[in-house]
Amino acid sequence: MGDQEDKEPVINVAGLTKRYGRVLAVDDISFSVNRGELFGFLGPNGAGKTTTISVLTGLARLDAGRINIGGIDCTRNPKAAQHMVGVVPDESNLYPELTGFDNLCFCAALYGMQKNERQERARQLLETFGLSDAANRKFGGYSKGMKRKLTFAAGIIHRPGILFLDEPTTGIDVASARQVRQIIAGLHNEGTTVFLTTHYIEEAERLCERIAFIVNGRIVRTDRTANLLQPVKGENILVLSTTDSGADLSQQIRQAFPRYRAQSIAPGRLKVESTEQVIVGPLVHFLEERGVQVTEARRQVPSLEDVFVQVTGVEAELMKKEKEKTEGGANQ
Amino acid sequence: MKRWIAFWNILVKDVRTYYLKPPNISWGIIFPLAWTGMFFIRSGLGLGSALGLLAGVMTISILFGTTSMLAVTITFEKRNGSFDRLLLAPISLEVLMLAKTSGAILFGILNAFVPVIIAAFLVDLSGIVWSLVIPAIILIAVVSTFLGLLVAVSVTEIFEAQTLSNLFRFPMIFLCGLFVPILSLPVFIRPLSYILPITYGVDILQGAITDGHMLSLTYDFLIIAAFSVFLFWLSLLNIRRRWIV
Repeated sequence: MGDQEDKEPVINVAGLTKRYGRVLAVDDISFSVNRGELFGFLGPNGAGKTTTISVLTGLARLDAGRINIGGIDCTRNPKAAQHMVGVVPDESNLYPELTGFDNLCFCAALYGMQKNERQERARQLLETFGLSDAANRKFGGYSKGMKRKLTFAAGIIHRPGILFLDEPTTGIDVASARQVRQIIAGLHNEGTTVFLTTHYIEEAERLCERIAFIVNGRIVRTDRTANLLQPVKGENILVLSTTDSGADLSQQIRQAFPRYRAQSIAPGRLKVESTEQVIVGPLVHFLEERGVQVTEARRQVPSLEDVFVQVTGVEAELMKKEKEKTEGGANQ
Repeated sequence: MKRWIAFWNILVKDVRTYYLKPPNISWGIIFPLAWTGMFFIRSGLGLGSALGLLAGVMTISILFGTTSMLAVTITFEKRNGSFDRLLLAPISLEVLMLAKTSGAILFGILNAFVPVIIAAFLVDLSGIVWSLVIPAIILIAVVSTFLGLLVAVSVTEIFEAQTLSNLFRFPMIFLCGLFVPILSLPVFIRPLSYILPITYGVDILQGAITDGHMLSLTYDFLIIAAFSVFLFWLSLLNIRRRWIV
Protein backbone atom coordinates (compact mmCIF):
# COMPACT_ATOMS: atom_id res chain seq x y z
CA MET A 1 0.00 0.00 0.00
CA GLY A 2 1.42 3.32 -0.97
CA ASP A 3 0.77 6.61 0.69
CA GLN A 4 -2.37 7.96 -0.92
CA GLU A 5 -2.69 11.32 0.81
CA ASP A 6 -0.35 13.09 -1.62
CA LYS A 7 -2.01 11.62 -4.71
CA GLU A 8 -4.62 13.52 -6.68
CA PRO A 9 -8.23 12.45 -6.29
CA VAL A 10 -9.77 10.95 -9.45
CA ILE A 11 -13.23 10.42 -8.02
CA ASN A 12 -14.70 13.33 -6.09
CA VAL A 13 -18.21 13.09 -4.72
CA ALA A 14 -19.82 15.88 -2.70
CA GLY A 15 -23.26 15.79 -1.09
CA LEU A 16 -24.55 13.00 -3.35
CA THR A 17 -28.22 12.31 -2.70
CA LYS A 18 -30.45 9.87 -4.54
CA ARG A 19 -34.11 9.07 -3.98
CA TYR A 20 -36.30 6.39 -5.54
CA GLY A 21 -39.76 7.74 -4.93
CA ARG A 22 -40.09 8.04 -1.18
CA VAL A 23 -37.05 5.90 -0.47
CA LEU A 24 -33.89 7.83 0.28
CA ALA A 25 -31.33 5.42 -1.19
CA VAL A 26 -28.23 7.62 -0.75
CA ASP A 27 -28.27 10.46 1.72
CA ASP A 28 -25.82 13.33 1.27
CA ILE A 29 -22.61 11.32 0.98
CA SER A 30 -19.19 12.80 0.24
CA PHE A 31 -15.90 11.04 -0.42
CA SER A 32 -12.95 11.05 -2.75
CA VAL A 33 -10.80 8.29 -4.22
CA ASN A 34 -7.18 8.95 -5.10
CA ARG A 35 -5.47 7.91 -8.30
CA GLY A 36 -4.31 4.30 -8.06
CA GLU A 37 -6.14 3.71 -4.80
CA LEU A 38 -8.20 0.65 -3.95
CA PHE A 39 -11.18 2.12 -2.14
CA GLY A 40 -13.80 -0.04 -0.45
CA PHE A 41 -17.46 0.70 0.07
CA LEU A 42 -18.60 -1.65 2.80
CA GLY A 43 -22.15 -2.09 3.98
CA PRO A 44 -25.08 -4.48 4.22
CA ASN A 45 -27.60 -5.14 1.46
CA GLY A 46 -29.73 -2.08 0.76
CA ALA A 47 -27.14 0.30 2.21
CA GLY A 48 -26.86 2.27 -1.04
CA LYS A 49 -23.70 0.75 -2.54
CA THR A 50 -25.12 -0.22 -5.94
CA THR A 51 -27.10 3.01 -6.15
CA THR A 52 -23.89 4.97 -5.62
CA ILE A 53 -22.16 3.06 -8.44
CA SER A 54 -25.19 3.52 -10.71
CA VAL A 55 -25.12 7.28 -10.19
CA LEU A 56 -21.34 7.53 -10.61
CA THR A 57 -21.39 5.54 -13.86
CA GLY A 58 -24.37 7.29 -15.43
CA LEU A 59 -27.00 4.58 -15.03
CA ALA A 60 -28.98 6.70 -12.58
CA ARG A 61 -29.51 10.41 -12.10
CA LEU A 62 -28.49 12.13 -8.91
CA ASP A 63 -31.00 14.32 -7.05
CA ALA A 64 -28.38 16.52 -5.40
CA GLY A 65 -24.63 16.83 -5.10
CA ARG A 66 -21.64 16.98 -7.39
CA ILE A 67 -19.57 14.29 -9.12
CA ASN A 68 -16.16 14.72 -10.68
CA ILE A 69 -14.43 11.75 -12.31
CA GLY A 70 -10.95 11.99 -13.76
CA GLY A 71 -11.11 15.78 -13.67
CA ILE A 72 -14.40 15.86 -15.60
CA ASP A 73 -17.51 17.32 -13.99
CA CYS A 74 -20.07 14.55 -14.50
CA THR A 75 -22.82 16.15 -12.45
CA ARG A 76 -24.83 17.22 -15.47
CA ASN A 77 -23.27 14.97 -18.09
CA PRO A 78 -22.66 11.53 -16.61
CA LYS A 79 -21.52 10.13 -19.98
CA ALA A 80 -18.57 12.52 -20.15
CA ALA A 81 -16.19 10.25 -18.24
CA GLN A 82 -17.46 6.87 -19.45
CA HIS A 83 -14.50 6.35 -21.79
CA MET A 84 -12.08 6.13 -18.84
CA VAL A 85 -14.31 4.02 -16.60
CA GLY A 86 -14.90 0.27 -16.41
CA VAL A 87 -17.83 -1.26 -14.59
CA VAL A 88 -18.37 -4.77 -13.30
CA PRO A 89 -22.01 -4.87 -12.23
CA ASP A 90 -23.35 -7.02 -9.43
CA GLU A 91 -25.19 -9.21 -11.93
CA SER A 92 -23.69 -10.99 -14.92
CA ASN A 93 -25.37 -9.16 -17.77
CA LEU A 94 -23.59 -10.30 -20.90
CA TYR A 95 -25.37 -11.76 -23.93
CA PRO A 96 -26.42 -15.38 -23.34
CA GLU A 97 -26.55 -16.23 -27.04
CA LEU A 98 -23.00 -15.01 -27.78
CA THR A 99 -19.88 -17.04 -26.98
CA GLY A 100 -17.47 -15.88 -24.30
CA PHE A 101 -15.03 -14.70 -26.95
CA ASP A 102 -17.70 -12.85 -28.95
CA ASN A 103 -19.05 -11.21 -25.79
CA LEU A 104 -15.63 -9.80 -24.97
CA CYS A 105 -15.02 -8.66 -28.56
CA PHE A 106 -18.41 -6.96 -28.60
CA CYS A 107 -17.75 -5.15 -25.32
CA ALA A 108 -14.35 -4.03 -26.66
CA ALA A 109 -16.04 -2.68 -29.80
CA LEU A 110 -18.34 -0.55 -27.63
CA TYR A 111 -15.19 1.33 -26.61
CA GLY A 112 -14.08 1.72 -30.21
CA MET A 113 -11.28 -0.85 -30.17
CA GLN A 114 -10.14 -2.10 -33.59
CA LYS A 115 -10.83 -5.71 -34.58
CA ASN A 116 -7.29 -7.11 -34.18
CA GLU A 117 -6.76 -5.31 -30.90
CA ARG A 118 -10.04 -6.48 -29.39
CA GLN A 119 -9.53 -10.09 -30.45
CA GLU A 120 -6.04 -10.14 -28.98
CA ARG A 121 -7.26 -8.53 -25.74
CA ALA A 122 -10.21 -10.97 -25.53
CA ARG A 123 -7.89 -13.97 -25.87
CA GLN A 124 -5.54 -12.52 -23.27
CA LEU A 125 -8.36 -11.98 -20.75
CA LEU A 126 -9.88 -15.41 -21.36
CA GLU A 127 -6.44 -16.82 -20.54
CA THR A 128 -6.07 -14.64 -17.43
CA PHE A 129 -9.47 -15.71 -16.10
CA GLY A 130 -8.93 -19.38 -16.96
CA LEU A 131 -11.75 -19.37 -19.51
CA SER A 132 -9.82 -20.18 -22.70
CA ASP A 133 -11.38 -23.63 -22.96
CA ALA A 134 -14.86 -22.08 -22.78
CA ALA A 135 -14.10 -19.27 -25.23
CA ASN A 136 -16.34 -20.69 -27.96
CA ARG A 137 -19.17 -21.79 -25.68
CA LYS A 138 -22.26 -19.64 -25.34
CA PHE A 139 -22.35 -17.42 -22.25
CA GLY A 140 -25.82 -18.76 -21.39
CA GLY A 141 -24.28 -22.19 -20.77
CA TYR A 142 -21.57 -20.95 -18.39
CA SER A 143 -21.62 -21.76 -14.66
CA LYS A 144 -22.28 -18.91 -12.24
CA GLY A 145 -18.58 -18.54 -11.41
CA MET A 146 -17.61 -18.50 -15.09
CA LYS A 147 -20.27 -15.89 -15.79
CA ARG A 148 -18.95 -13.65 -13.04
CA LYS A 149 -15.39 -14.00 -14.33
CA LEU A 150 -16.36 -13.21 -17.92
CA THR A 151 -18.42 -10.23 -16.72
CA PHE A 152 -15.34 -9.05 -14.85
CA ALA A 153 -13.22 -9.50 -17.96
CA ALA A 154 -15.75 -7.50 -20.00
CA GLY A 155 -15.46 -4.65 -17.49
CA ILE A 156 -11.71 -4.33 -17.99
CA ILE A 157 -11.54 -5.17 -21.72
CA HIS A 158 -10.71 -1.53 -22.62
CA ARG A 159 -8.06 -1.17 -19.90
CA PRO A 160 -9.93 1.48 -17.89
CA GLY A 161 -7.98 3.72 -15.53
CA ILE A 162 -10.89 3.72 -13.08
CA LEU A 163 -12.74 0.52 -12.26
CA PHE A 164 -16.05 0.18 -10.43
CA LEU A 165 -16.59 -3.27 -8.98
CA ASP A 166 -20.01 -4.02 -7.54
CA GLU A 167 -19.86 -7.11 -5.32
CA PRO A 168 -17.43 -8.89 -7.69
CA THR A 169 -17.14 -12.12 -5.68
CA THR A 170 -20.70 -12.50 -4.51
CA GLY A 171 -22.23 -15.90 -5.06
CA ILE A 172 -19.25 -17.62 -6.68
CA ASP A 173 -17.19 -20.57 -5.52
CA VAL A 174 -14.16 -20.23 -3.28
CA ALA A 175 -11.57 -20.83 -6.01
CA SER A 176 -13.16 -18.32 -8.41
CA ALA A 177 -13.51 -15.71 -5.66
CA ARG A 178 -9.86 -16.16 -4.76
CA GLN A 179 -8.85 -15.77 -8.40
CA VAL A 180 -10.98 -12.64 -8.77
CA ARG A 181 -9.37 -11.11 -5.67
CA GLN A 182 -5.92 -11.84 -7.07
CA ILE A 183 -6.88 -10.11 -10.31
CA ILE A 184 -8.22 -7.09 -8.39
CA ALA A 185 -4.94 -6.89 -6.46
CA GLY A 186 -3.01 -7.20 -9.73
CA LEU A 187 -4.97 -4.38 -11.37
CA HIS A 188 -4.37 -2.22 -8.32
CA ASN A 189 -0.65 -2.93 -8.45
CA GLU A 190 -0.63 -1.89 -12.10
CA GLY A 191 -2.06 1.50 -11.09
CA THR A 192 -5.80 1.10 -11.76
CA THR A 193 -8.02 3.08 -9.41
CA VAL A 194 -10.53 0.62 -7.97
CA PHE A 195 -13.83 1.45 -6.32
CA LEU A 196 -15.02 -1.78 -4.73
CA THR A 197 -18.38 -2.34 -3.09
CA THR A 198 -18.76 -5.44 -0.98
CA HIS A 199 -20.53 -6.82 2.01
CA TYR A 200 -17.72 -9.27 2.64
CA ILE A 201 -15.82 -7.63 5.48
CA GLU A 202 -12.82 -9.95 5.13
CA GLU A 203 -12.57 -9.06 1.44
CA ALA A 204 -12.55 -5.34 2.15
CA GLU A 205 -9.96 -5.79 4.91
CA ARG A 206 -7.73 -7.92 2.70
CA LEU A 207 -7.86 -5.74 -0.42
CA CYS A 208 -8.70 -2.11 0.36
CA GLU A 209 -6.39 0.72 1.34
CA ARG A 210 -9.25 2.90 2.49
CA ILE A 211 -12.77 1.94 3.40
CA ALA A 212 -16.05 3.78 3.81
CA PHE A 213 -18.72 2.16 5.96
CA ILE A 214 -22.16 2.85 4.49
CA VAL A 215 -25.39 2.08 6.31
CA ASN A 216 -28.90 3.19 5.35
CA GLY A 217 -27.57 5.44 2.59
CA ARG A 218 -25.17 7.35 4.83
CA ILE A 219 -21.40 7.05 5.19
CA VAL A 220 -20.75 6.57 8.88
CA ARG A 221 -16.95 6.38 8.72
CA THR A 222 -14.21 6.64 6.11
CA ASP A 223 -10.60 5.93 6.89
CA ARG A 224 -7.51 4.02 5.89
CA THR A 225 -7.88 0.32 6.71
CA ALA A 226 -4.89 0.46 9.07
CA ASN A 227 -6.45 3.37 10.98
CA LEU A 228 -9.80 1.61 11.19
CA LEU A 229 -8.10 -1.39 12.75
CA GLN A 230 -6.21 0.74 15.28
CA PRO A 231 -8.86 0.65 18.06
CA VAL A 232 -8.93 -3.14 18.08
CA LYS A 233 -5.15 -3.53 18.09
CA GLY A 234 -4.11 -5.19 21.33
CA GLU A 235 -7.64 -6.46 21.92
CA ASN A 236 -8.01 -10.04 23.09
CA ILE A 237 -11.13 -11.87 22.06
CA LEU A 238 -12.39 -15.24 23.24
CA VAL A 239 -15.50 -16.82 21.75
CA LEU A 240 -17.16 -19.47 23.91
CA SER A 241 -19.61 -22.02 22.57
CA THR A 242 -21.88 -23.22 25.38
CA THR A 243 -24.97 -25.24 26.03
CA ASP A 244 -27.85 -22.82 25.89
CA SER A 245 -29.03 -21.90 29.39
CA GLY A 246 -31.70 -19.60 28.08
CA ALA A 247 -30.34 -16.85 30.35
CA ASP A 248 -28.19 -13.94 29.27
CA LEU A 249 -24.92 -14.65 31.06
CA SER A 250 -23.03 -11.69 29.64
CA GLN A 251 -24.21 -9.36 32.40
CA GLN A 252 -23.12 -11.82 35.11
CA ILE A 253 -19.69 -12.23 33.49
CA ARG A 254 -19.21 -8.48 33.35
CA GLN A 255 -20.01 -8.25 37.08
CA ALA A 256 -17.74 -11.14 38.05
CA PHE A 257 -14.88 -10.11 35.74
CA PRO A 258 -14.88 -6.30 35.59
CA ARG A 259 -11.96 -6.19 33.10
CA TYR A 260 -13.83 -8.31 30.57
CA ARG A 261 -16.51 -7.11 28.17
CA ALA A 262 -18.92 -9.92 27.41
CA GLN A 263 -21.75 -10.11 24.96
CA SER A 264 -24.04 -12.81 23.65
CA ILE A 265 -23.51 -12.96 19.87
CA ALA A 266 -25.89 -15.85 19.17
CA PRO A 267 -27.80 -18.46 21.19
CA GLY A 268 -25.09 -20.51 22.95
CA ARG A 269 -22.26 -18.20 21.85
CA LEU A 270 -20.52 -15.68 24.08
CA LYS A 271 -17.88 -13.20 23.04
CA VAL A 272 -15.49 -11.98 25.74
CA GLU A 273 -13.15 -9.07 25.00
CA SER A 274 -10.44 -7.40 26.99
CA THR A 275 -7.28 -5.38 26.61
CA GLU A 276 -5.70 -8.03 28.82
CA GLN A 277 -5.32 -11.73 28.11
CA VAL A 278 -8.67 -13.50 28.59
CA ILE A 279 -8.02 -16.51 30.84
CA VAL A 280 -10.16 -19.48 29.90
CA GLY A 281 -10.12 -21.55 33.13
CA PRO A 282 -11.92 -19.17 35.53
CA LEU A 283 -14.51 -18.33 32.89
CA VAL A 284 -15.31 -21.99 32.22
CA HIS A 285 -15.49 -22.67 35.96
CA PHE A 286 -17.79 -19.66 36.44
CA LEU A 287 -20.16 -20.86 33.73
CA GLU A 288 -20.16 -24.49 34.90
CA GLU A 289 -21.16 -23.35 38.36
CA ARG A 290 -24.26 -21.89 36.69
CA GLY A 291 -25.09 -25.13 34.91
CA VAL A 292 -23.69 -24.09 31.55
CA GLN A 293 -21.27 -26.45 29.80
CA VAL A 294 -18.55 -24.90 27.64
CA THR A 295 -18.13 -27.01 24.49
CA GLU A 296 -15.52 -24.86 22.79
CA ALA A 297 -13.32 -21.86 23.57
CA ARG A 298 -11.65 -20.18 20.61
CA ARG A 299 -9.33 -17.19 20.57
CA GLN A 300 -10.13 -14.72 17.80
CA VAL A 301 -7.82 -12.25 16.11
CA PRO A 302 -9.50 -8.82 16.17
CA SER A 303 -10.58 -7.82 12.70
CA LEU A 304 -12.34 -5.19 10.66
CA GLU A 305 -15.55 -7.05 11.45
CA ASP A 306 -15.25 -5.91 15.08
CA VAL A 307 -14.64 -2.34 13.99
CA PHE A 308 -17.57 -2.48 11.61
CA VAL A 309 -19.90 -3.74 14.33
CA GLN A 310 -18.63 -1.06 16.74
CA VAL A 311 -19.03 1.77 14.25
CA THR A 312 -22.22 0.83 12.45
CA GLY A 313 -24.10 -1.23 14.99
CA VAL A 314 -24.81 -3.71 12.19
CA GLU A 315 -24.05 -7.23 13.28
CA ALA A 316 -21.63 -9.02 10.99
CA GLU A 317 -23.75 -12.14 11.45
CA LEU A 318 -26.64 -10.28 9.89
CA MET A 319 -24.51 -9.40 6.86
CA LYS A 320 -23.50 -13.05 6.50
CA LYS A 321 -27.10 -14.20 6.72
CA GLU A 322 -28.07 -11.66 4.09
CA LYS A 323 -25.40 -12.81 1.70
CA GLU A 324 -26.28 -16.48 2.26
CA LYS A 325 -29.94 -15.67 1.70
CA THR A 326 -29.36 -13.67 -1.47
CA GLU A 327 -26.51 -15.52 -3.10
CA GLY A 328 -26.05 -18.84 -1.40
CA GLY A 329 -22.65 -17.26 -0.56
CA ALA A 330 -20.23 -20.10 -0.61
CA ASN A 331 -17.09 -18.15 -1.23
CA GLN A 332 -15.97 -17.13 2.18
CA MET B 1 -14.39 6.80 -35.70
CA LYS B 2 -14.70 5.00 -32.34
CA ARG B 3 -18.43 5.68 -32.15
CA TRP B 4 -18.92 4.14 -35.60
CA ILE B 5 -17.01 1.02 -34.58
CA ALA B 6 -19.49 0.75 -31.69
CA PHE B 7 -22.42 1.54 -33.99
CA TRP B 8 -21.44 -1.10 -36.55
CA ASN B 9 -20.81 -3.80 -33.96
CA ILE B 10 -24.13 -3.19 -32.18
CA LEU B 11 -25.89 -3.49 -35.54
CA VAL B 12 -23.98 -6.64 -36.54
CA LYS B 13 -24.55 -8.21 -33.12
CA ASP B 14 -28.31 -7.58 -33.33
CA VAL B 15 -28.55 -8.90 -36.89
CA ARG B 16 -26.64 -12.07 -35.96
CA THR B 17 -28.37 -12.56 -32.63
CA TYR B 18 -31.94 -11.70 -33.49
CA TYR B 19 -32.72 -11.04 -37.16
CA LEU B 20 -30.91 -13.98 -38.74
CA LYS B 21 -32.55 -16.50 -36.43
CA PRO B 22 -34.73 -19.01 -38.36
CA PRO B 23 -38.01 -17.96 -36.63
CA ASN B 24 -37.48 -14.35 -37.65
CA ILE B 25 -36.44 -15.21 -41.21
CA SER B 26 -39.55 -17.35 -41.58
CA TRP B 27 -41.65 -14.57 -40.01
CA GLY B 28 -40.16 -12.12 -42.49
CA ILE B 29 -41.12 -14.37 -45.43
CA ILE B 30 -44.32 -16.09 -44.31
CA PHE B 31 -46.03 -13.02 -42.89
CA PRO B 32 -45.92 -10.94 -46.12
CA LEU B 33 -46.78 -14.11 -48.09
CA ALA B 34 -49.86 -14.68 -45.93
CA TRP B 35 -50.98 -11.05 -46.24
CA THR B 36 -50.52 -11.10 -50.00
CA GLY B 37 -52.46 -14.33 -50.37
CA MET B 38 -55.23 -13.19 -48.04
CA PHE B 39 -55.90 -9.90 -49.82
CA PHE B 40 -55.48 -11.43 -53.27
CA ILE B 41 -58.11 -14.12 -52.56
CA ARG B 42 -60.38 -11.65 -50.69
CA SER B 43 -60.39 -9.16 -53.57
CA GLY B 44 -61.68 -11.79 -56.00
CA LEU B 45 -60.52 -9.62 -58.87
CA GLY B 46 -57.97 -12.00 -60.29
CA LEU B 47 -54.36 -11.25 -61.17
CA GLY B 48 -55.18 -7.72 -62.26
CA SER B 49 -55.79 -6.70 -58.65
CA ALA B 50 -52.30 -7.71 -57.52
CA LEU B 51 -50.74 -4.38 -58.43
CA GLY B 52 -53.42 -2.45 -56.51
CA LEU B 53 -52.77 -4.53 -53.41
CA LEU B 54 -48.99 -4.20 -53.55
CA ALA B 55 -48.65 -0.88 -51.70
CA GLY B 56 -50.84 -2.12 -48.84
CA VAL B 57 -49.15 -5.46 -48.43
CA MET B 58 -45.68 -3.92 -48.56
CA THR B 59 -46.61 -1.40 -45.87
CA ILE B 60 -48.17 -4.00 -43.56
CA SER B 61 -45.13 -6.24 -43.96
CA ILE B 62 -42.82 -3.40 -42.96
CA LEU B 63 -45.04 -2.25 -40.08
CA PHE B 64 -45.40 -5.67 -38.48
CA GLY B 65 -41.83 -6.73 -39.18
CA THR B 66 -40.22 -3.70 -37.57
CA THR B 67 -42.51 -3.17 -34.58
CA SER B 68 -42.42 -6.85 -33.58
CA MET B 69 -38.64 -7.02 -33.46
CA LEU B 70 -38.02 -4.03 -31.22
CA ALA B 71 -39.84 -5.63 -28.32
CA VAL B 72 -37.12 -8.27 -28.40
CA THR B 73 -34.04 -6.24 -29.26
CA ILE B 74 -34.76 -3.48 -26.76
CA THR B 75 -37.39 -4.40 -24.14
CA PHE B 76 -35.90 -7.88 -23.66
CA GLU B 77 -32.34 -6.56 -23.34
CA LYS B 78 -33.46 -3.96 -20.82
CA ARG B 79 -35.30 -6.67 -18.89
CA ASN B 80 -32.24 -8.96 -18.63
CA GLY B 81 -29.82 -6.14 -17.84
CA SER B 82 -27.66 -6.31 -20.97
CA PHE B 83 -29.01 -2.98 -22.22
CA ASP B 84 -27.29 -1.32 -19.23
CA ARG B 85 -23.99 -2.45 -20.73
CA LEU B 86 -24.80 -0.36 -23.81
CA LEU B 87 -25.77 2.61 -21.65
CA LEU B 88 -22.33 2.41 -19.99
CA ALA B 89 -20.53 2.66 -23.34
CA PRO B 90 -18.98 6.02 -24.21
CA ILE B 91 -21.36 6.71 -27.08
CA SER B 92 -24.25 9.13 -27.14
CA LEU B 93 -27.76 7.84 -26.59
CA GLU B 94 -28.64 9.03 -30.10
CA VAL B 95 -25.93 6.90 -31.75
CA LEU B 96 -26.75 3.96 -29.49
CA MET B 97 -30.45 3.98 -30.36
CA LEU B 98 -29.77 4.49 -34.06
CA ALA B 99 -27.55 1.41 -33.92
CA LYS B 100 -30.22 -0.55 -32.04
CA THR B 101 -32.91 0.41 -34.55
CA SER B 102 -30.89 0.04 -37.77
CA GLY B 103 -31.36 -3.74 -37.74
CA ALA B 104 -35.14 -3.34 -37.55
CA ILE B 105 -35.08 -0.78 -40.38
CA LEU B 106 -33.12 -3.17 -42.61
CA PHE B 107 -35.41 -6.04 -41.61
CA GLY B 108 -38.45 -3.91 -42.54
CA ILE B 109 -36.96 -2.98 -45.92
CA LEU B 110 -36.23 -6.63 -46.74
CA ASN B 111 -39.76 -7.60 -45.65
CA ALA B 112 -41.18 -5.08 -48.11
CA PHE B 113 -39.51 -6.84 -51.02
CA VAL B 114 -41.10 -10.23 -50.31
CA PRO B 115 -44.49 -9.15 -51.80
CA VAL B 116 -42.64 -7.38 -54.62
CA ILE B 117 -40.88 -10.61 -55.57
CA ILE B 118 -44.18 -12.51 -55.47
CA ALA B 119 -45.89 -9.83 -57.54
CA ALA B 120 -43.09 -9.97 -60.12
CA PHE B 121 -44.23 -13.48 -61.03
CA LEU B 122 -47.89 -12.42 -61.33
CA VAL B 123 -48.07 -8.98 -62.93
CA ASP B 124 -46.07 -6.54 -64.99
CA LEU B 125 -44.14 -4.22 -62.64
CA SER B 126 -42.56 -2.11 -65.38
CA GLY B 127 -44.90 0.84 -64.71
CA ILE B 128 -43.75 1.25 -61.12
CA VAL B 129 -41.68 4.36 -60.37
CA TRP B 130 -38.88 2.71 -58.38
CA SER B 131 -37.17 6.03 -57.66
CA LEU B 132 -40.19 6.81 -55.48
CA VAL B 133 -40.85 3.31 -54.15
CA ILE B 134 -37.36 2.81 -52.73
CA PRO B 135 -37.23 6.03 -50.63
CA ALA B 136 -40.85 5.44 -49.59
CA ILE B 137 -40.02 1.93 -48.36
CA ILE B 138 -37.02 3.28 -46.45
CA LEU B 139 -39.06 6.05 -44.85
CA ILE B 140 -41.92 3.71 -43.91
CA ALA B 141 -39.38 1.33 -42.38
CA VAL B 142 -37.80 4.19 -40.43
CA VAL B 143 -41.06 5.63 -39.13
CA SER B 144 -42.47 2.17 -38.26
CA THR B 145 -39.26 1.28 -36.44
CA PHE B 146 -39.35 4.47 -34.40
CA LEU B 147 -43.02 3.85 -33.62
CA GLY B 148 -41.99 0.41 -32.37
CA LEU B 149 -39.10 1.98 -30.49
CA LEU B 150 -41.45 4.34 -28.67
CA VAL B 151 -43.57 1.37 -27.59
CA ALA B 152 -40.51 -0.70 -26.61
CA VAL B 153 -39.13 2.00 -24.32
CA SER B 154 -42.52 2.77 -22.78
CA VAL B 155 -43.07 -0.69 -21.26
CA THR B 156 -41.24 -3.14 -19.05
CA GLU B 157 -42.28 -6.54 -20.34
CA ILE B 158 -42.17 -7.97 -23.87
CA PHE B 159 -45.85 -8.99 -23.77
CA GLU B 160 -46.77 -5.40 -22.88
CA ALA B 161 -44.89 -4.21 -25.96
CA GLN B 162 -46.71 -6.71 -28.19
CA THR B 163 -50.11 -5.79 -26.71
CA LEU B 164 -49.51 -2.07 -27.01
CA SER B 165 -48.23 -2.50 -30.58
CA ASN B 166 -51.40 -4.32 -31.61
CA LEU B 167 -53.51 -1.50 -30.17
CA PHE B 168 -52.23 0.84 -32.86
CA ARG B 169 -51.16 -1.57 -35.63
CA PHE B 170 -54.53 -3.09 -36.47
CA PRO B 171 -56.57 0.15 -36.47
CA MET B 172 -53.78 1.70 -38.52
CA ILE B 173 -54.26 -0.84 -41.32
CA PHE B 174 -57.83 0.31 -41.81
CA LEU B 175 -57.29 4.02 -41.26
CA CYS B 176 -54.20 4.83 -43.31
CA GLY B 177 -55.76 4.36 -46.75
CA LEU B 178 -54.23 0.97 -47.43
CA PHE B 179 -57.37 -0.87 -48.41
CA VAL B 180 -60.09 1.73 -47.79
CA PRO B 181 -59.36 5.10 -49.43
CA ILE B 182 -59.25 7.87 -46.81
CA LEU B 183 -61.77 9.92 -48.76
CA SER B 184 -64.23 7.01 -48.46
CA LEU B 185 -63.98 7.01 -44.66
CA PRO B 186 -66.62 8.84 -42.56
CA VAL B 187 -65.65 12.52 -42.20
CA PHE B 188 -65.25 12.32 -38.41
CA ILE B 189 -62.72 9.46 -38.73
CA ARG B 190 -60.55 11.12 -41.38
CA PRO B 191 -58.58 13.32 -38.93
CA LEU B 192 -57.35 10.08 -37.31
CA SER B 193 -55.96 9.00 -40.67
CA TYR B 194 -54.01 12.21 -41.02
CA ILE B 195 -52.25 11.81 -37.66
CA LEU B 196 -50.93 8.38 -38.62
CA PRO B 197 -47.41 8.52 -40.09
CA ILE B 198 -48.00 5.44 -42.25
CA THR B 199 -50.77 7.30 -44.16
CA TYR B 200 -48.15 9.41 -45.90
CA GLY B 201 -45.92 6.45 -46.76
CA VAL B 202 -48.87 4.61 -48.24
CA ASP B 203 -49.75 7.70 -50.30
CA ILE B 204 -46.25 7.78 -51.81
CA LEU B 205 -46.34 4.05 -52.59
CA GLN B 206 -49.77 4.28 -54.18
CA GLY B 207 -48.59 7.22 -56.24
CA ALA B 208 -45.53 5.30 -57.38
CA ILE B 209 -47.31 2.03 -58.12
CA THR B 210 -50.80 3.00 -59.36
CA ASP B 211 -50.53 6.79 -59.63
CA GLY B 212 -53.33 7.00 -57.05
CA HIS B 213 -51.91 9.40 -54.49
CA MET B 214 -53.98 12.17 -52.92
CA LEU B 215 -51.36 14.53 -51.43
CA SER B 216 -48.32 16.24 -52.88
CA LEU B 217 -45.42 13.78 -52.76
CA THR B 218 -43.17 16.51 -51.37
CA TYR B 219 -45.54 16.95 -48.43
CA ASP B 220 -45.71 13.19 -47.98
CA PHE B 221 -41.92 12.92 -47.75
CA LEU B 222 -41.62 15.93 -45.44
CA ILE B 223 -44.40 14.81 -43.10
CA ILE B 224 -43.16 11.23 -42.77
CA ALA B 225 -39.61 12.50 -42.15
CA ALA B 226 -40.92 14.89 -39.49
CA PHE B 227 -42.84 12.03 -37.84
CA SER B 228 -39.64 9.96 -37.78
CA VAL B 229 -37.64 12.71 -36.08
CA PHE B 230 -40.44 13.36 -33.57
CA LEU B 231 -40.90 9.68 -32.66
CA PHE B 232 -37.14 9.17 -32.25
CA TRP B 233 -36.86 12.26 -30.06
CA LEU B 234 -39.83 11.14 -27.96
CA SER B 235 -38.28 7.68 -27.52
CA LEU B 236 -34.97 9.16 -26.32
CA LEU B 237 -36.89 11.35 -23.91
CA ASN B 238 -38.65 8.27 -22.58
CA ILE B 239 -35.39 6.37 -22.14
CA ARG B 240 -33.84 9.25 -20.21
CA ARG B 241 -37.00 9.64 -18.09
CA ARG B 242 -37.75 5.97 -17.44
CA TRP B 243 -34.48 4.04 -17.72
CA ILE B 244 -31.89 6.47 -16.40
CA VAL B 245 -33.79 7.35 -13.22
